Amino acid sequence: MKADKYRFTVPDAMRLGLISGAGAVLVSLVGMVKVFNERGIIAGVVSLGQIMILLILLIAGYIAARRATGGSRWAGLLQGGLAGLAAGACLAALVLLGSVINLRAMFVSASPELYKILTFDQGVVTGAGILLVVSAAVGVAGALLRQLPSRPRRTVIVASVWMLTLGLLQELLRLTLGGDAIRVFRWMFGTGGQKGLSIVGAVLVFAVVAVVHYQWTARNVNPRAWTRSLPPDRQRAVRWGSLALVALILFSLPNILGVYLSEVANAIGLFVLLGLGLNIVVGFAGLLDLGYVAFFAIGAYVMGVATTTAVGTGSGLIVYSPGFNFWQALPLAVLASVLAGVILGIPVLKMRGDYLAIVTLGFGEIIRILAISDFLKPYIGGSQGIVGVGVGQIGSFAFDEPQSLYYLVLAGCLLAAFVSTRLKDSRIGRAWMAMREDEDVAQAIGIDLVKTKLLAFATGAAFSGLSGAIFASKLGSIYPHSFSLLISINALSLIIVGGMGSIPGVIIGALALAGLPELLREFAEFRLLVYGAALMAMMLLRPEGLWPEETRRRELHDAAEGGESEPASEAAVGTN
Amino acid sequence: MAILEVENVHTYYGNIHALKGISLTVNEGENVTLIGANGAGKSTLLKTISGLLHPKQGMIRLAGEDLAAYQAHEIVGKGVVQAPEGRRVFGRLTVSENLEMGAYTRVDRSGIADGIEHVFTLFPRLKERHNQVAGTLSGGEQQMLAIGRALMARPRVLLLDEPSMGLAPILVQSIFETIVQLHAAGTTILLVEQNARMALQIADRGYVLQTGQIILSDTAGNLRQNEMVQKAYLGMA
Ligand SMILES: Nc1ncnc2c1ncn2[C@@H]1O[C@H](COP(=O)(O)OP(=O)(O)O)[C@@H](O)[C@H]1O
Ligand SMILES: [Mg+2]
Repeated sequence: MKADKYRFTVPDAMRLGLISGAGAVLVSLVGMVKVFNERGIIAGVVSLGQIMILLILLIAGYIAARRATGGSRWAGLLQGGLAGLAAGACLAALVLLGSVINLRAMFVSASPELYKILTFDQGVVTGAGILLVVSAAVGVAGALLRQLPSRPRRTVIVASVWMLTLGLLQELLRLTLGGDAIRVFRWMFGTGGQKGLSIVGAVLVFAVVAVVHYQWTARNVNPRAWTRSLPPDRQRAVRWGSLALVALILFSLPNILGVYLSEVANAIGLFVLLGLGLNIVVGFAGLLDLGYVAFFAIGAYVMGVATTTAVGTGSGLIVYSPGFNFWQALPLAVLASVLAGVILGIPVLKMRGDYLAIVTLGFGEIIRILAISDFLKPYIGGSQGIVGVGVGQIGSFAFDEPQSLYYLVLAGCLLAAFVSTRLKDSRIGRAWMAMREDEDVAQAIGIDLVKTKLLAFATGAAFSGLSGAIFASKLGSIYPHSFSLLISINALSLIIVGGMGSIPGVIIGALALAGLPELLREFAEFRLLVYGAALMAMMLLRPEGLWPEETRRRELHDAAEGGESEPASEAAVGTN
Repeated sequence: MAILEVENVHTYYGNIHALKGISLTVNEGENVTLIGANGAGKSTLLKTISGLLHPKQGMIRLAGEDLAAYQAHEIVGKGVVQAPEGRRVFGRLTVSENLEMGAYTRVDRSGIADGIEHVFTLFPRLKERHNQVAGTLSGGEQQMLAIGRALMARPRVLLLDEPSMGLAPILVQSIFETIVQLHAAGTTILLVEQNARMALQIADRGYVLQTGQIILSDTAGNLRQNEMVQKAYLGMA
């Protein structure tokens, strides 16, 4: 690509605009815009639904301007405006079409409310006109953003993201800040039941973040380099100091978060546990396991059967329980999962890739169907599940509500993270890595594939079983429908998004994929759609994950530098 | 003294009878080559010796001990180490990490560090690139790395499967020079090659494999003079 050659093509901008327009029409027709319109970002001004559309237009303008390389400023802006206009035209066409024929027969969400949102409640013709103008303007704004020098551009983006995030989470903020604090900060939020930040609040958030970010990047501080420049004893002090700070935050989190957010944190924590386990199997050892939910289920059921108090012959009761307490049942649950891991491992020792994925997928389904079956109903409750699952207790401290259960989940996660980290750097970790890279060569350098694979399955299953056991105790009851394929897919998605094989990646992935849907309840309905889109975007833009593991980061980095074996995904995002 | 003895070995792929009664010996300190056309069964023999394939019949002995009871990874531990066909380095790991992987069966930390130094003196190019990701090395460098990785396991018998495959002539030359050097330093080598001309120049003895059977065995010098070998493998009229 020659930067000096002036490139500006109307068809290019139109094509971009039409593609983003199609995207905007899609999110409108599946109902996202309408549902998200309920959630204000800036009270009375703009909602999440509108932001979605605007963001699509903005990105279209941004990309269009990026492609107009070497041209004058105005050409770039024009290009962006054109792309925005083309995208807006798609939406306007949808509105006009909708006013003529009844699209609702096919698209349930093509409702009058949707048209109202898209036309700013100004009627079809005027509204469509406004829509076109706004779209073009947003396209130009995207182009302007592109033309900013990179530092102020980053500042604008970061500040906008902060404003958006705070607007999104305003309900939680109000909840968390509580009674007294909220009175002080009241002016920051919408009044009279309106959701979102107030205009003043939004501007303030934007301004504060922008100033802080701009100043921070000016000094160009790299914390790691700064730490390394210190004398060794100071370095150690910094390390211990930050560790202590993290520990303190983790420890006091439930009090800061309150009941509801602690519940969310627990859900995330259980997914971190699941993800850390699957990360060993898939990320470290390279064994694609799609039936991972099986071990989660086994852990939960062992905990349930071993501790339930609902024993008897009546409906909804199971015939036998040893009546263990939580702590007696916990190792049993983990052990059972490990055994199941080995039992699954043995028949698939010789399988690789897709075949392994399919067999493990089947295993997951078998466990779910067994759980639901009438055959085992007297023992594990069938579709009615098990109620009265025991809770953990240390002295008089019971892990029976979100804020206390948090510590149990935290302990599990810390243990799993510690074990993962140690394993990764150990001899077995190297064997996993060799096996992931090339199974035949691994064997040729003296690695026992049978032992290595079974250890991966067993360790992964242990974490999953632990997660399941805590999950059962957290809910107090177990139902087979909790153990669907979706759990396996969630766990796999989160390690892909976080970065395969990376332990911090698992945590980031769990926050993004398990945390966000909990916080944005509207998302739940579109969860799979969002997952799919997120995964595709990840594969295109950042295939190594949000927080990639060292070898993967290196691979993509080197490929880009050397240009010898550029992966296909890299080529796909090239700025052609 | 014979360190590796292969006796009447038959190996199958399902119904395909790939090795039909192979017998050969490699003596301590010897450099023995096995030549043969594409598909003759050379790689199959090396895999059988390494324990990656199991013979249906016959026996393989290392220093007199039957290897039948051992699995592939245990055989590496016993000192039969293969640099597989087609190089197969760990492309996403660095040169040093690849070498460390080669020492997987060893536990002596200082010995491993010495081993890496030894490989680096053999292949100075690898030393220059010790932090480079193996996948970005050239073909010749990857072959050096594959041999170096095999050396890291401290082989008593080093099995090399077509190290010259797909390399430019100048690199072929340098790989063969390294093999000579290794041999001179006392390494026992079983070298599988299609490049019969080069292989017979550096080996002590040779075997000719054809469709799963040994059809000739002699000193390398005699094989070079053999009319049949000249015609079929050395491309002479
Ligand atoms: N995995 C396999 N499955 C079935 N047949 C194989 C397999 N590998 C090799 N063969 C067959 O065994 C014979 C010997 O192959 P190979 O040992 O690879 O030959 P060489 O290394 O001498 O080129 C060939 O006929 C080949 O087609
Ligand atoms: Mg071969």
